[in-house]
Amino acid sequence: MIEFIQQLINGLSLGAIYALIALGYTMVYGVLRFINFAHGDVFMVGAFAGFYIAPAVLKFSNGNPSWTGAAIVLILAMVICAILGIVIEKLAYRPLRDRPRLTVLITAIGVSLFLENFGQYAFGVDPQFFPDLIGDHAITIPAWCGPFTDLTIMVSQVLVFVITIVLLVALRFIVMKTKLGMAMRALSVNPLATSLMGVNNDVVISFTFGLGSALAGAAGILISIQQPSIDPLMGLQPGIKAFVAAVLGGIGNIPGAALGGVLLGVIETLVVGYSDRLHIPSGYRDAVAFFLLILILLFKPTGLLGRVEREKV
Amino acid sequence: MMIERTKVILIASLALILAASHFSSHIDPYYYDITLSIGINIILAVSLNLVNGYTGQFSLGHMGFMAVGAYTATIFTTYLPGLLRILAPLGSLLSVSIFFGLALAVGGIAAGIIGLLVGIPSLRLKGDYLAIVTLGFGEIIRVIIENVDALGGARGLSVTAVYSKLFWVYAMAAVTIYVVLNLVNSTYGRGFLSVRDDEIAAEAMGINTTKYKVLAFSLAAFFAGIAGGLYAHFKQFITPDGFNFMGSISIVTMVILGGMGSTGGAVIAAILLTILPEVLRKVSDYPFLPHWLVPLLKNQMIPYSLLLIVMMLTRPQGLFGGIPLKRKSA
Repeated sequence: MIEFIQQLINGLSLGAIYALIALGYTMVYGVLRFINFAHGDVFMVGAFAGFYIAPAVLKFSNGNPSWTGAAIVLILAMVICAILGIVIEKLAYRPLRDRPRLTVLITAIGVSLFLENFGQYAFGVDPQFFPDLIGDHAITIPAWCGPFTDLTIMVSQVLVFVITIVLLVALRFIVMKTKLGMAMRALSVNPLATSLMGVNNDVVISFTFGLGSALAGAAGILISIQQPSIDPLMGLQPGIKAFVAAVLGGIGNIPGAALGGVLLGVIETLVVGYSDRLHIPSGYRDAVAFFLLILILLFKPTGLLGRVEREKV
Repeated sequence: MMIERTKVILIASLALILAASHFSSHIDPYYYDITLSIGINIILAVSLNLVNGYTGQFSLGHMGFMAVGAYTATIFTTYLPGLLRILAPLGSLLSVSIFFGLALAVGGIAAGIIGLLVGIPSLRLKGDYLAIVTLGFGEIIRVIIENVDALGGARGLSVTAVYSKLFWVYAMAAVTIYVVLNLVNSTYGRGFLSVRDDEIAAEAMGINTTKYKVLAFSLAAFFAGIAGGLYAHFKQFITPDGFNFMGSISIVTMVILGGMGSTGGAVIAAILLTILPEVLRKVSDYPFLPHWLVPLLKNQMIPYSLLLIVMMLTRPQGLFGGIPLKRKSA
């Protein structure tokens, strides 16, 4: 039982990261109806932005871990990723707005490859060690918790979960209560109508890219705090898995992406954690998400919370 | 008349390849290596073009099928040497040819069957979803091979026999081009094109779109499997990581550069993109280059990715898109 709870906790903190990345996919899909393949690599850039900013920020605390420093690094990385997302949209996707979706998809693959390989050129191929921002350690669980004292809960796991919830609430607020959020929702229903109603679609799309990329940047920092080894190809697997999470929750649906991310994180951790009993070698870890994706697309292509869209001729 | 002429061309080119292969021992090993790589890439690009170009589907998992073919053919030649001994009375050239031909065929058929199994469920999906699912299947195939010890796992498998000579590679390339061209100019080809141009209209006209999609998909997988068998018996060492997602992307780049739905374009693009990294590597040895430029030139994926983006922005139909290799009055 304790083992199960431990796996669940590990799964939840992994799932929170998937959820943050999945939100970017789902929001962009909502407004533009295409899969932003390069999103996982924006996540990688977020981690590297933190890697280069952190030493400068930690100077103020004499190189010791500091929570203020961590917050500054997180925010700066989010800003850098937001700018990167907006620039990518402007340079690569906007000129293709009216072209077939396949053209845009191929461009997105190109952008993704470019970020990965240019990253290898700029940041080096070898994994780098992300500085310790918060002094990560296991939380000591008070003795009165009985058998739960055997659990290992890291500070970073709690942090990831708390920050994810804060960001989700903030996102919910932006999407539901602000004018730009309303424009985003309207655009995802009918772009022509919004432009006729005086909404500047370009601004809304840029904003969506910025928002999604900022969340990916935050995820990049959070994962680096948990697993401090970062490299230019680190965005590949989480990117694809977050996409699976978005499809699992119903692509285009914001709560769905969060739900899908958490579910995927938990399922993946459980399958790997119980690999002996399930007779699945743990090497199949990376295939779990794909099996799941194929199952969803075959049996419930709209995802858990998505709605059915009829194809019109 | 048409078919007979293409057959003549096929036989003539096969004869030409046979003649050329006699001089292969005189070629510098470096250039020989590139020449064979070009041939294998031609098979891959032309076969993928059947799916991505002519049928308008978007597969990102071609390398998965190549891996199936490579491993199957390798197992065939490694574990069935007895068959070679049975064939021995036919003389060494003939027996090896039959043996290797069988190995390639088995690899191709295995890949084709996997393609069929993957294609039937996933081709119900469209566009981006299909791309992701084929990517997923490609990765699943790779992960499975990585975890099967009998296949060498992540360490890879060494192939003792070097059967893939110039003749085999280019003969297979010629056959692939022949089959694809003839198929595209047949009733089936019209089916493929109709699925690409307007799937709903095609369905309304009573065309079984799923059948055509699955056919194109498994046929492409078959040829990818043959390319895999050739690759294994030429490189003499295969690892699951050699058939990763990046490889699939480079083949997609060839198809896109050549122009989707243009076999000639795919051939030319396969040649260009196989030579390009070698040229860049040569250029990067040039002593007067600024030192920051050298790693940029050595990483072939940076020019590949920029090529993809610029191509899509300026000429999405590809270099030779919209110009069929030969026109034929329907």
